[in-house]
Amino acid sequence: MPPSTEPPSTGWPLYEVFLRGKRGLNHVHVGSLHAADPEMALRHARDLYTRRNEAVSIWVVPADAITASSPDEKDPFFAPSGDKVYRHPTFYQIPEDVPHI
Amino acid sequence: MSESESEFDAYLSLTDVTEDDHRWAFGTGFADPLAGVDVTLQAGVNPSDAAALAERCLALGDDALIYSHRLQQWVTRAPELEEETALANIALDLLGQARLLLTRAAQAEGRGRDEDQLAFFRDEREFRNVRLVEHADADFAELAARLLVFSAWRLALFERLTAVPATDPRPDPVLAAIAAKAVKELTYHRDYAAAWVIRLGDGTDYSHAKAQAALDALWPLVAELDLDADAAAYLDAVIAEATLTRPSAPPLAPVAGKTGRDGTHTEAMGYILAELQSVARANPDATW
Repeated sequence: MPPSTEPPSTGWPLYEVFLRGKRGLNHVHVGSLHAADPEMALRHARDLYTRRNEAVSIWVVPADAITASSPDEKDPFFAPSGDKVYRHPTFYQIPEDVPHI
Repeated sequence: MSESESEFDAYLSLTDVTEDDHRWAFGTGFADPLAGVDVTLQAGVNPSDAAALAERCLALGDDALIYSHRLQQWVTRAPELEEETALANIALDLLGQARLLLTRAAQAEGRGRDEDQLAFFRDEREFRNVRLVEHADADFAELAARLLVFSAWRLALFERLTAVPATDPRPDPVLAAIAAKAVKELTYHRDYAAAWVIRLGDGTDYSHAKAQAALDALWPLVAELDLDADAAAYLDAVIAEATLTRPSAPPLAPVAGKTGRDGTHTEAMGYILAELQSVARANPDATW
């Protein structure tokens, strides 16, 4: 029998945690945790990931609700964009007063 | 920036550059809870007022110190890593409250002592904490139930301290500032504990029995807290939602008329102090 690749079960499902910092515009993935339900996941996220004043907003998402691309698809997914320089906004001037580009 | 401000303020906040800007991604600056508060004792404060303030801060500080120690003992013993961190956070919040309160007690008593001398070099009979905080949790259900009772009681008490009472002619601004900081912490502690008591009480037959046994074990220690109506109503609501029964156990009897606030403690207290104080007493000049 081949060794299991499944992580050991803690009995609680895995949640992914996203934080928005005081000066951040978007929520950023910071890690994961185990919790019995979304409410508990939110509390755990507060206790594990905001201890140093990192956040003003938390999202938690069940890990199994995320559909991820596979490393096997790396070439067909991402390599074709590597030589399309014309897709970058490098051929015009950006006005100085437009932020976040 | 408050949570209630709109998302658009996030753009403005990007220009909110401060001295610690280079590390903003790892958290932002930290606030001093006593910022702007005059810590000198108010002019003209008479000795009996100062003694009463010292006594009050000592009692509240000892509650936090001893309970923080009991919570720290759960570290490496909690059922889940996530809960362990939550409990460590709560223990650290209480340790922070203890430091501020014992510092204030030392200032008010005016005997040249500091927070460390009060924490590490007093003997058992000089501690003024209630006996509830000495209790050793038999299991996680007792931990949750005790934290619920303690934080509901302490939150109500500190909310009263932040409001300037009409009956107090000379409220202490430092104690009010400490209480204002603590109210936010205790609100979270109480919600954390309530969530667990409800989860256990309204869970399986086994967890329900454990939660009820925890309440039954703690109830004799609750009378000493002298719960106000708000805290009692909150506890009743949580107990009802958890489908548990409020115990009617008689209070733990005072010893010769004395309880924790008089310096009379349960057997557990000596063991707690031995662990808490032994390093500081073995190395009285150590710094950390």
